[in-house]
Amino acid sequence: MKYNFFFTAGYPKLNSTLQIIDALQKCQVDFIEIGMPYSDPLADGPTIQESSKIALNNGMTIDLLFKQLHAIPFKLTSKLILMGYLNPVLQYGYENFCSQCALNNIYGLIIPDLTLEDYKQDFKKYADKYNIKLIFLITPDTPKKRIIQIDKASSGFLYIVSSTGTTGKEANLIDCIPFLKSLQVMKLRNQKFIGFGIKSKDQIDLLSPYIDGVIIGTAFIKALQGKPNLNKAIRNFVSPIVQN
Amino acid sequence: MATKIGFPDSKGYYGKYGGAIIPELLFGNIHELKKNYLKIMNTPSFKKEFNFLLKNYVGRPSPLYFAQNLSKKYQAQIFLKREDLNHTGSHKINNTIGQILIAKKLKKTKIIAETGAGQHGVATATVCALMGLECNIYMGAKDIERQASNYARMKMLGAQVIPATSGSKTLKDATNEAIRAWINEPLSTHYIIGSVVGPAPYPDMVTRFQSVISKEIKSQLSEYGFKKPDFLIACIGGGSNAAGTFFHFLNEPKTKLIGVEAAGLGIESGKSAATLILGRFGVLHGSKTILMQDKDGQITEPHSISAGLDYPGIGPLHPFLKDIKRAQYISATDMEAVEAGLELTKLEGIIPALESAHALAALKKIAFKKNACVVISLSGRGDKDLETYQNYLKK
Repeated sequence: MKYNFFFTAGYPKLNSTLQIIDALQKCQVDFIEIGMPYSDPLADGPTIQESSKIALNNGMTIDLLFKQLHAIPFKLTSKLILMGYLNPVLQYGYENFCSQCALNNIYGLIIPDLTLEDYKQDFKKYADKYNIKLIFLITPDTPKKRIIQIDKASSGFLYIVSSTGTTGKEANLIDCIPFLKSLQVMKLRNQKFIGFGIKSKDQIDLLSPYIDGVIIGTAFIKALQGKPNLNKAIRNFVSPIVQN
Repeated sequence: MATKIGFPDSKGYYGKYGGAIIPELLFGNIHELKKNYLKIMNTPSFKKEFNFLLKNYVGRPSPLYFAQNLSKKYQAQIFLKREDLNHTGSHKINNTIGQILIAKKLKKTKIIAETGAGQHGVATATVCALMGLECNIYMGAKDIERQASNYARMKMLGAQVIPATSGSKTLKDATNEAIRAWINEPLSTHYIIGSVVGPAPYPDMVTRFQSVISKEIKSQLSEYGFKKPDFLIACIGGGSNAAGTFFHFLNEPKTKLIGVEAAGLGIESGKSAATLILGRFGVLHGSKTILMQDKDGQITEPHSISAGLDYPGIGPLHPFLKDIKRAQYISATDMEAVEAGLELTKLEGIIPALESAHALAALKKIAFKKNACVVISLSGRGDKDLETYQNYLKK
């Protein structure tokens, strides 16, 4: 089982970014997904909306995030993924953005409102040039034919949304097992990571026969809320989930 | 009448504006709508029911009124398209009637909608009551406060009104919440967007439903003995009233089309909603358009005295019309709008909505030849804005 933990850059403090990356690495997570905060995060529930708002108020920008990442003083053992909405990336400039990603050891991108069609037409050339992987989402409502197209365009892994909804929504994960089984027989080329509503070891054990990895976002942000000792809060939340 | 300008391409683009820029989570909903909306709209049974309801329930055609006193003052022949006389008090109901019929054909059981001034919310709650569908309306907490009467009407009509408490607590945030709600309960729910914004096919669908306005203007003007107007003027927030007012004249280059945005406290004040002047290209609420944003691409919070116009984006048809120079877009400040509203009240005995008052304010800004034929779209009535008018008069 592989683990991807999500947090919002600039939350809880403007300079929390490197500390959180370091602490997550020490828990031996495979992927660290860093959210670039946005004023209007359409696919996110209240928890990530709130963390984005605080991060923006703290002064986080894409430029500042790249500066912080550039100054990482320790060796990276986890892979870094950036997650964010299209408009700020569009304003930054696709090529400029991809080249900065390459300079700062970014493995892949999750941009929920970058459609497959726009990706192929406008974005792919730069992602390819700078060797940045694009991770796309599929949901239980995505038609089979489209799943195959999305799998073809994706690299890194495929992000499976457990049930259609915004992030952090309570999900009855048993309900998505038939969908996960249907994916198994499709022989997709990418590893399958599941996210949305994942928060405990029990849930992960339930899903583990069908998937390669899990994505934990909202529950992790909640674990950071109001904690004076971030390192301890991260260790306490992440270690029990990650250890086998 | 089929027109050349005014329709998007097969992918929902007007030039470089439009498209369906949505998270994969919404793909199913949008795809279903895109596949079916024209098919449904073109069936005889749909047309019959739509036209029947517009006539007998909404009260269409809305009059085209020759405003004698206003005409005298401005030395022009000024006509008012009286969308304010529609059932529920604005043009919004043209679209909600159309969309609720589509929702029924798609066998949806629940409706969600966003609202700014509450006019679209009331129009949606109304058709939901008529058709017996569950209705959730998202409305900015600040707008609930300043449009209390519309809030009360929606509740009375049986809708659940959910306050949007994020951001500026106005139309943009209500739209975010409505889209999130749609993501959270997709299959049985139809989202009735109130303007020509959002992912394709909404801008085209809403434009088509609102185009009844310009269709009527055309035939009504000819009854007055005019072939076409020299000017058509409408206010613009998202741009549905303007899209409907312009539509059947888009390919008549002799008619000048004027859209009036809300300048708030002034274009340079930082408290404005004049998107086409202050914005730049980007993505908002599912379409590529011009939007107000900071240098990092964060959406900025708009301001207007009118709760129906303070939106940081604009429907993709409008920046396209601006680029090809088919329409001209100007702006009016809060104060100019209020004064224009008060002027109409005194001269013609019509209290306009603050949104519509922005269109009226254009009379002082445009140079027209003596006796030019000017049609102004009076998008809504001012009952909901009495308190704002009163506060202004007290000052």
